[in-house]
Amino acid sequence: MKFGVVTFPGSNGDYDSYAAVRFAMKEKVEFLWHKSEDLQGCDAVILPGGFAHGDYLRAGAIARFSPIMKHVIKFAKSGGIVIGFCNGFQVLTESGLLPGALLRNNHLRFNSKFIYIRVERTDTPFTGVCRKGEVLKIPIAHGEGNYYNFESDVRKLEDNGQVLFRYADASGNASAAANPNGSINNIAGIVSAEGNVLGMMPHPERAVEDIIGSSDGLKVFESVLNYCISPKPVGRL
Amino acid sequence: MADSYKQPQVTPAMVADHGISPEEFEHIKKILGREPNYTELGVFSVMWSEHCSYKNSIALLKTLPRDGANLLAKAGEENAGAVDLGDGLAVVFKIESHNHPSAIEPYQGAATGVGGILRDIFTMGARPIASLNSLRFGSPENPRVRYLVDGVVRGIGDYGNSFGVPTVAGEVYFDESYTGNPLVNAMAVGIVKSSRMATAKAAGVGNPIMMVGSKTGRDGIHGATFASEEISDKSEEKRPSVQIGDPFTEKLLLEATLEIIEQDLIVGIQDMGAAGLTCSSSEMSAKGKAGIEINIDAVPVRETGMIPYEILLSESQERMLVCVKKGKEEDVKAIFDKWNLDSTIIGHVTADGLMTVKLDGQVVSQIPSDCLVLGGGAPVYRRETKRPEYMDKMAALSLEKYPTNRNWNETLLTMLSSPNLCHKGWVFEQYDSTIRTNTSVGPGSDAAVLRLRKTTKALAMATDCNGRYCYLNPRRGAQIAVAESARNIVCSGGRPLAITNCLNFGNPYKPEVYYCFAEAVAGMGEACRVFDTPVTGGNVSFYNEDPDRAVFPTPTIGMVGLVEHIDHITTQWFKDTGDVVFLLGMNREELGASEYLHNVFGETRGAVPEIDLKFEKQLQDALLDAIQQGLVKSAHDVSDGGLAISLAEGCISNREKMIGASIALADSIRKDCLLFGESQSRVIVTCSSKDASTLEQWFHSKQVPAAKIGTVGGSNLQIAGLIDLPINSLADAFYTAMPKFMERVG
Repeated sequence: MKFGVVTFPGSNGDYDSYAAVRFAMKEKVEFLWHKSEDLQGCDAVILPGGFAHGDYLRAGAIARFSPIMKHVIKFAKSGGIVIGFCNGFQVLTESGLLPGALLRNNHLRFNSKFIYIRVERTDTPFTGVCRKGEVLKIPIAHGEGNYYNFESDVRKLEDNGQVLFRYADASGNASAAANPNGSINNIAGIVSAEGNVLGMMPHPERAVEDIIGSSDGLKVFESVLNYCISPKPVGRL
Repeated sequence: MADSYKQPQVTPAMVADHGISPEEFEHIKKILGREPNYTELGVFSVMWSEHCSYKNSIALLKTLPRDGANLLAKAGEENAGAVDLGDGLAVVFKIESHNHPSAIEPYQGAATGVGGILRDIFTMGARPIASLNSLRFGSPENPRVRYLVDGVVRGIGDYGNSFGVPTVAGEVYFDESYTGNPLVNAMAVGIVKSSRMATAKAAGVGNPIMMVGSKTGRDGIHGATFASEEISDKSEEKRPSVQIGDPFTEKLLLEATLEIIEQDLIVGIQDMGAAGLTCSSSEMSAKGKAGIEINIDAVPVRETGMIPYEILLSESQERMLVCVKKGKEEDVKAIFDKWNLDSTIIGHVTADGLMTVKLDGQVVSQIPSDCLVLGGGAPVYRRETKRPEYMDKMAALSLEKYPTNRNWNETLLTMLSSPNLCHKGWVFEQYDSTIRTNTSVGPGSDAAVLRLRKTTKALAMATDCNGRYCYLNPRRGAQIAVAESARNIVCSGGRPLAITNCLNFGNPYKPEVYYCFAEAVAGMGEACRVFDTPVTGGNVSFYNEDPDRAVFPTPTIGMVGLVEHIDHITTQWFKDTGDVVFLLGMNREELGASEYLHNVFGETRGAVPEIDLKFEKQLQDALLDAIQQGLVKSAHDVSDGGLAISLAEGCISNREKMIGASIALADSIRKDCLLFGESQSRVIVTCSSKDASTLEQWFHSKQVPAAKIGTVGGSNLQIAGLIDLPINSLADAFYTAMPKFMERVG
């Protein structure tokens, strides 16, 4: 099992994802330069947080044109595991691998703090070791994390069970007060219709050791590892 | 262009406009053996400006303790100070002001302040691991002030967040003295393998000089000179002196710079900050005891028609000057190409000790490098001092004027919701504090703590200064700033290592201002000697005045400490029901210079609290030892707002697990002094009940007063029959105040 972490110019969370796999999980991982035409045989690809290409236009809008993205898209279309954290989620929506868009936070300010997310289903490659309804303590750090989609598309996402994580309070209530950015339905993370692509605004890669505030994020990595070692059918999405 | 380029004639008016005094002009003529031309005049004016030359401060700064066993780079030697941490690692850190630009263009002023200090760190080969900032503004009642706060916070946030460094600690302080001239002091901390530390010199005749990073534009010309004047109505016209930041390019520059250093391709490197190419080329060659020749037409520019004067003085951001090892030019270029950055050979090292600038092969400026730089030929002055008259007048305080039959519950809530004491989450939640996954204690405790990956150690860091103390008694105020920084580090489980300082004062040509400066430097030196924390560098910012007033003398201290083992990391909030609360130190009948007098009575007066530096050190040593023995569950220093505020913070500053406490106090002093006096050398410590007698005996054996004053638990904070409040009301006052006054319209 080998993870790959894409480095775009301006990625700044690439090292955090790398370190989570290498030091906390003690698994194989390598950086994939954005101009690379090859995924180096990685079993799961992470698009990290940061400000790819500066994000002066619109978060993720330029990154999708980086040469590596056509390989990432091909990999995803063939069922490969692709994960976008924060800026990576924005790149995934810009490149059409996930539906919807991330708007500016409704309060118009960057927001960095620990929050809670509720796990909505456990039969996915990303949540296999979680309990349904489990609450994870994970940091956020974004200015554009307000998930938006047309009402009918949101309904489709909900009906298909594609909403994987929802902002909640410590006891698991997805209340308005627990929503840090105005996301529709408190959406914190979604998966593709096929279930193999995950995008989420919170940073599980920054919650992998108690010394840095939480190790709840490890569950996402452990789930992916388990899935890649012995793939289980993804629940019917 | 050379044929057509004729330098403007230098006139006396032009000399005066460049801020060069008649004596300085005579000195320049003596150095050159002739009159300077226009380009040279520009070069001298920025290099001999206060900002670059430290001409009015360096003589006093040299009296500060600047030696220590573990120093790898001392004050003035490199772009930032460096201290050995063991394990083959060194910490590199520095603080710097960006006050003047932030006063007129808060967003870019603050952003480029962060960018500049980060470059100082990575130009040493260190990867920045943390950013801190110490901010001071006028009253938030003033809409212009709120505009400044908003812009500065966004500027710091956008730059640091995009660059990818966690912003983990700092201060936000409000007082009317900072109304027109806010203080924006940015600090950065980096880690480098000691063997890979880069130096800022140009040496080795024939080695190529490369300019890397962004192209050069007309932005920021005379930024250094602008920083050396008072803020006035005319300052708005200097808006073009403010540079524009590009954190994305800085991030690329970081990666490329660390790669060329790691691959050992260079002799030296320096960032281009104040006075841009002029400062970096003269300083690098002076340090290398060499000369430097620059072909100005080779510099990549982003505007047409730029003359040598403009290119030399531009402060365009995100640029570096590199002295490359001959033969490695192509390797350097390949790395910068990979990161889509320019890298251009613009000159070479010479043996003649001159900084020579050529345009199309023709010399347009030629000055001995050493004559331009601090520690070389730049002028050094000691200014006249005079004790300000207000000091004796303001020192008097008649306590009987302040009734003690107040409603103390209400008073505590008022204090907790005041601009200086309330929770600053509105500010620091706009900064990414968790990136790079080292942040063990983020904003909101006494100091931030970052673990050092692949070791069992951690670094603690804090900034501190109470400007009100320094206004009333600059010497003692500076002592307290150092003592409090050290106390914050110790409360977090660290041993203070060294400091960096940012000295913010008014116009040094005013004897009263210079008196405060001299006193503050003296006090800082005294304290640093006691705490064994040498000064590794920093910056002096004079001319912090608006037409109405000078700012409070504000010698900001940035301190870094080493936590020997991550198990020693300690936070300020109370932990568990039944834990025992101790107060280390003594409550004295002191109320002078307090936040209480300022907040409740609108007064800034009285004697600054006494401090016995030796006792403070004794207390800190005993506390650190107790923490290392595993006896301490929380430690929080008593500072602004006094004992009641520190106890309230102990109850509510961990928002996820707030907990009450019952406190009894035996002191027979005035109630206001007891609750809100700011006597120094006090710390609130909690421990589990089983360790209480061991801890008590420990402090007793170290001659440190340790009174058992109560227990943790319940849902109220009760203090000595004076205060009894549910922690929810404390939290409501504390947490909602800042958003309320920042989001007010009008």
